Amino acid sequence: MSTRRAPHSAPANRHSLPGPDDITRLVLPNGITVLCRVNFNSPSIFVSGYLQAGGLCDPDEKLGLADFTASALMRGTEKHDTQQIFDALESCGASLSFGAGAHTTGFGAHSLAEDLPLLLDLLAETLLQPSFPDEQVEKLRAQLLTGLALRAQDTADMASLTFDQILFAGHPYARPDDGWPETIQAVTRADLADFRARHYGPRGMVIAIVGAVEPKAAVGQVERVLGGWRNPSQPEPPALPPLAPLKKTITRKVTIAGKSQSDLVVGTSGPARCDPGFLAASLGNSILGQFGLMGRIGEVVREKTGLAYSAYSTLNSGIGPGSWEVSAGVNPRNVGKAEKLIRREIERFVEKGVTEEELADSQANFIGRLPLSLESNAGVAGALLHIERFGLGLDYYRRYPDLIRAVTPAQVLETARRHFRPEALAVAVAGP
Amino acid sequence: MTKPYSQHTLPNGLNVLLKEIHTAPIVSTWMWYRVGSRDETPGRTGVSHWTEHMQFKGTPQFPASILDKIIAREGGAWNAFTYLDWTTYFETLPADKFDLGLRIEADRMTNSTFDPKEVESERTVIISEREGSENEPMFKLSEAVHMAAFRVHAYHHEVIGDLADLRTITRDDLHRHYRAYYVPNNAVLAVAGDFETGAMLERIRALYEPIPAGAVPPRLERPEPPASGEHRLTVEGPGETTFIEIGYRVPAGSEADFLTLTVLDSLLAGPNSLNMFGGGGISNRTSRLYRALVEKELAVSVHGGLTATIDPYLYLLTIIVHPQRKPEEALAAFDAEIERIQNERIGEAEIARAIKQARANFAYGTESITNQAFWLGHAEMFADYGWFLTYLDRLAKVTPAKVQKAAQVYLRPQNRVVGTYLPTGGAPK
Repeated sequence: MSTRRAPHSAPANRHSLPGPDDITRLVLPNGITVLCRVNFNSPSIFVSGYLQAGGLCDPDEKLGLADFTASALMRGTEKHDTQQIFDALESCGASLSFGAGAHTTGFGAHSLAEDLPLLLDLLAETLLQPSFPDEQVEKLRAQLLTGLALRAQDTADMASLTFDQILFAGHPYARPDDGWPETIQAVTRADLADFRARHYGPRGMVIAIVGAVEPKAAVGQVERVLGGWRNPSQPEPPALPPLAPLKKTITRKVTIAGKSQSDLVVGTSGPARCDPGFLAASLGNSILGQFGLMGRIGEVVREKTGLAYSAYSTLNSGIGPGSWEVSAGVNPRNVGKAEKLIRREIERFVEKGVTEEELADSQANFIGRLPLSLESNAGVAGALLHIERFGLGLDYYRRYPDLIRAVTPAQVLETARRHFRPEALAVAVAGP
Repeated sequence: MTKPYSQHTLPNGLNVLLKEIHTAPIVSTWMWYRVGSRDETPGRTGVSHWTEHMQFKGTPQFPASILDKIIAREGGAWNAFTYLDWTTYFETLPADKFDLGLRIEADRMTNSTFDPKEVESERTVIISEREGSENEPMFKLSEAVHMAAFRVHAYHHEVIGDLADLRTITRDDLHRHYRAYYVPNNAVLAVAGDFETGAMLERIRALYEPIPAGAVPPRLERPEPPASGEHRLTVEGPGETTFIEIGYRVPAGSEADFLTLTVLDSLLAGPNSLNMFGGGGISNRTSRLYRALVEKELAVSVHGGLTATIDPYLYLLTIIVHPQRKPEEALAAFDAEIERIQNERIGEAEIARAIKQARANFAYGTESITNQAFWLGHAEMFADYGWFLTYLDRLAKVTPAKVQKAAQVYLRPQNRVVGTYLPTGGAPK
């Protein structure tokens, strides 16, 4: 019986988490940070990273511009048309794609190890020399508009979008990064080219390369294709205004006719990723609506009352203020009942906090799941970008078990109370 | 590094496949049962999937309150899937905790409680799961396409089951299903990861040999008669977007033509990854249908997919129609591409490219131990593990002539169902 073999035997790091001794980090003279970690267990490579340009830079009337620009990069360059670009990638089983969030434009790519030079050539070419051909821009526009038409019919998407509008009212985070049909219609080819020329630059760019390549070779490849990039007028990332907390509970319903199920989101603001209370909030969130079959929320909304197949909580923490939300998909006639149960759990969460035992369970889960989350090259690349984006230090994953173990029930309660005020929640419903 | 696998049959008939992979301190354990929606008759549709849900409701040894925490506490991942031909359960755990997965699966092979109260609470959970799916236009369209493609064969209904049956299935129906099919001689245990085969096998024998074999009901045999012509149907529902789904009847996963069809699919709609977990995903911008439909602004996306099944199933293609175009225009361009691949010479290079893409996807799949354990068992459900091991070698033997022949034989209009989702409008308010 023949099996495909990995080209090398087990590396020394097979039982260890990423750390300063096996992560290579280097800042090129033009400001690009390169992070690498070797994995010869599979003959593949994953590349991902980001640039300091996102939806926060979009004017209101052209909302979605950053994402439109990112999506258009591969539609043609000064050297190659879109079919040639994708032919080069797809012919060797590689992939490359771009997208934008509020703060950054991100990219992700994978290939077999032998095709890394090609992958990086195309990454640089699409970032530095896109030509935004008119005809391709129009094709892409139709695709984006179709995506928005589908979003408008998706109860979960619309509940989530409406929740953000309530929670982040008056703050840039209230705006969806993919825009609205009329703002996507308003974007011109020149807008795309201008956005790229103005906002894309090497300063603050990060690229992580994980897989079957020696770090020295990987860094050399990045220097070769992106080392000469300059944008002297690259602006500073826009500053974020503070978020005004909700004063009372605000409920908003979006009616989407003809649907069998309603989606409900109930929640409040959450800590930023760099907030000292983040890990306590994250563990608290696990207890509230993640652990096991979706924590306490899953227990009451799914297991005990059978109201929903999907019921959980999410903590979204990034650069700016986060959100802490409980979501459920329920029969339209059960929306009120589900909302009541969720609000009661939130009240219990801020009144009584969590038990030692619950916390110990989630701490064990957070620590124990690290090897699995870092199994693939994509998982490791994501971890490297995470520590870079939030300045956590190369030894973060080595310190992580101790950081998690140090969180106490009192800290969870404190962070829960700081964010959840049961009398001031955002409640969004989308359904028939 | 990766040792060949080993296969063992216990005296009670349990089929065990083991594969040592020492790239990460992880072990993934999968228990597969040879039962799925293909074994369900009207009145009992959805019983396999509902039984799978009940397997998370506990046993005397692992009550639900313990079961749902015990894996999470160890930092493991676990889940279960019910599909057309099979039902499967997995636990991926840190290597030093692998025993827990083995113990849970041994226990719930025989000892699940099926508490009537839990059955009732799960009834509404599953109805809610179905209602969530019904929110999606593609679910409704796909359900209609399957009903048209399979009049006799049980592939005609959705795995989740029909609402009428979800309202009436009883605790005894579920328990009967469990007792009939959840026996070692109807199961495959597949374990891959960081362990030593001898010790693993010894532990498996200790846990599983005491479980008695059972009398497994014969699998439902209701072959679909040959198609008598093209079926066309429409489904109407909310939204502004038109979808088309085309299903061609194709052979079972174990047939030689199935591999040829995967190459044909790759040429038409782009490469598909075999990986269920992690890795893979190659875009399809240079595929024939993308160029003919999306680049020509008749559609905004097109995708194809084959599923390896026990019985002949469908090659399914889905098209999202361009907002300014009619579905007939997209379908006409689609048909022109099908005729082209049936009639014009296919180059060697195009086939070689599809094979390189498959090799790349295969390599990405080796990054995940869970994915490798999945295939160790999954291949046994419709063929055997050799199918997976020889996949790339057999793919390399596919020729342009074989691909063209497959297109001529299987992609005839008489052999398909064409479903169109017509949106009735309705912007959110």
